[in-house]
Amino acid sequence: MSLLKATDITKSYAGVSALKSVSFELERGEVRALVGENGAGKSTLIKILTGAVQPDSGVVELDGRAVIDNNPHLSRALGIVAIYQQPSLFPDLTVAENIALATEKQTLLRRVDWRARRAKSRELLARVGSDIDPDAVVGTLSMPQQQIVEIGKALGTNAKVLILDEPTASLTEREVQNLFRVIRDLRAHGVGLIYISHRLEEITEIADRVTVLRDGSLVETRSMQDVTRAELIRLMVGRELAAVFPKREVALGDVVLELRGRVNLTVRAGEIVGLAGLVGAGRTELAETLFGLRPAHDLEVLLRNQRVQIDSAQQAVELGIAYVPEDRRRHGLIMEMPVAANLTLADLQAIATHGLLDFTRERKLAWKLKEELAVKTVSIDIPVDRLSGGNQQKVVIGRWLATNPAVLILDEPTQGVDVGAKSEIHRIMGELAARGLAILMISSELPEILGMSDRIAVMRGGRIEGIVDRGEATQQRVLALALGTAA
Amino acid sequence: MKRETSILLAWIALQIPLALIAPSFYRYGNLRDVVLSNVPVLVAAIGMTMVILVRQIDVSIGAQFAVCALAAGLLAKTGLSMPLVAIAVLAVGAVLGFVNGALVAAVKLPSIVVTLAAMVVLRDAIRWITEGAWVQNLPVHFQWFGMGQRGGEWLIVLIAVAAGALFAWSLRFLAGGRAIYATGSDAEAARLAGIDTRSITISVFILMGALTGLAALLDSVRFSSIQANAGMGFELKVIAAVVVGGTSINGGRGSVYGTLLGVAILGTIGPALTFLGINAFWEKAIQGAIILWAVVMDAILAR
Repeated sequence: MSLLKATDITKSYAGVSALKSVSFELERGEVRALVGENGAGKSTLIKILTGAVQPDSGVVELDGRAVIDNNPHLSRALGIVAIYQQPSLFPDLTVAENIALATEKQTLLRRVDWRARRAKSRELLARVGSDIDPDAVVGTLSMPQQQIVEIGKALGTNAKVLILDEPTASLTEREVQNLFRVIRDLRAHGVGLIYISHRLEEITEIADRVTVLRDGSLVETRSMQDVTRAELIRLMVGRELAAVFPKREVALGDVVLELRGRVNLTVRAGEIVGLAGLVGAGRTELAETLFGLRPAHDLEVLLRNQRVQIDSAQQAVELGIAYVPEDRRRHGLIMEMPVAANLTLADLQAIATHGLLDFTRERKLAWKLKEELAVKTVSIDIPVDRLSGGNQQKVVIGRWLATNPAVLILDEPTQGVDVGAKSEIHRIMGELAARGLAILMISSELPEILGMSDRIAVMRGGRIEGIVDRGEATQQRVLALALGTAA
Repeated sequence: MKRETSILLAWIALQIPLALIAPSFYRYGNLRDVVLSNVPVLVAAIGMTMVILVRQIDVSIGAQFAVCALAAGLLAKTGLSMPLVAIAVLAVGAVLGFVNGALVAAVKLPSIVVTLAAMVVLRDAIRWITEGAWVQNLPVHFQWFGMGQRGGEWLIVLIAVAAGALFAWSLRFLAGGRAIYATGSDAEAARLAGIDTRSITISVFILMGALTGLAALLDSVRFSSIQANAGMGFELKVIAAVVVGGTSINGGRGSVYGTLLGVAILGTIGPALTFLGINAFWEKAIQGAIILWAVVMDAILAR
């Protein structure tokens, strides 16, 4: 009997399927690696195992008994514990208090035995080879120390299944080895571990078996010994380039945007440069730096061969840089304002004379942009939050067209929009490139990157790992660069 | 139904018992007193509407009011002409507002803390400097702007109406007004659209201060002396009027027109109770109930 068994797990969010009939078994004393591209379904699977979300169908069994009505509290009580990249501890409480919150019974009127509490923390931390002071305030600890506390906390709850999600992202080599020692020790004690990481070399070292997810489906589970890294990458990207991308051939103009320093990159007029990379590779950070939202310490920005200093979003706008952020609901649009006001917000000067708004001109401009981008809305006067995701995204793009930008930065432009709107947005991008805009597109979707880009810059750890031309780009090549395992 | 319409209806409903039971409420002399005593609240409430629209708060305006009123009296006593006194008082208010605004927008401190501190500092500074003494023997050209009571009254009302109209118009028709709404709705989204949200916030606090100065001036010319503790509780009246007037405490929603109605309803209720023969102790309780009703409505409508 397996320790953990998930059968036919299916889950979709708002019609977009995240997991398709995934079945998964974990044995006692096994370290199982879970790999896949961004959006392959790893997080969703973990959330279902820990009860954070409910599957649409499928069963999770622990020790042969079905876990019914799972929720985070129940799964924890049963011994399924997840540790995330960002430790989820209470920063203002001490180590002992944090551990006690997970391990002691929660009754409001129980007297606290501080001595036992400290001793317990000390013992748990000793088991992972650490001598962190139980009275230390968690907020003062380093990231790896906090991770150790998380693991100690998990041990304290007698975890049977321990899920580690990118645990080494902020650890140094020595700390990683220390963590591996702890993992091996847990394995020897019969704990089942699920290890999620993009670092294939680590997986090779620690995992017994590896499961590959792709587009919400389980592709294969292999023994770690009989799989090479190249094979793993091939399994991860086996996605077909089914969608038709209306990439137009555009004659490239002069270099519009040039970056020097930490990142070396050029974008020409009419060119679409795709920024590929894994989550956390520093792509959004680069975009935010270009838009003046982050200080550019080690980056020189040249616009049309002129060195520019961009300290604020206003300056970026004035210089002709436009930015469509990743989370349009939170940062892109002002949801309670009408469509028209959102379309004209970035260039109020265009509809104003001496600061005085001209509503006729506003309606004209908004209408023109709406038509140009084929925004589907009954009226330009309704609040923008009544539009669909794809149409909202068109409004954000339209807003920037009004400013006549030279450089357009798009961060995950088609995330969470339906298929129809997606191809419309791709068509719009093609048209904008044809008009001579220099476009920098961040996308975690490899087919989109390969389909839309003239060149693909792959980022890893805040730097550019390699630049691939459209003709030579394959999914394997791009992913290998993103994972840092390119030959 | 629009928020403003429901407030207008509530205000009209209040007139019915007044007209039936105490028609003497509508005598010219009484109406004039009610209007005049509410002019300062209205003028400051215009500024507070903008402050709350950008999702901030200013609780120091009562103390600012006192500083400006005392400054007005003392400057007038030096023989300075009234137009210059007015400019100077507005400038004093603007400077106080700028300090608040800079601490909020540039240093990124919460406005409730900044303005609470400003309130305590200003109040104690006044007590220390004046030792509680009133400013008396105001020159003739100060009282009623030297125009006599009748003319002065008209001028006060005229200025208040002009200020209300100017700001109502600006919030709707100026690019800056649009930027205020955008900043209050979603400061991060506004910043990403290239709006200088920091300057917007500072400007709003400066206008708040200047309008408080104007309110203090319009108030103090009506009396023969200026008290050292002028404007006690003024900030609460003003904030209450803005909130009752339908401006969302979460920013981004509201209007000067709504604020005018808020001032009208809270300003009428006190005198109305007296005329209806209801114990004046009920005034605060009823005002409190109206404020609570307004925020509950806001929360329900926000869903």
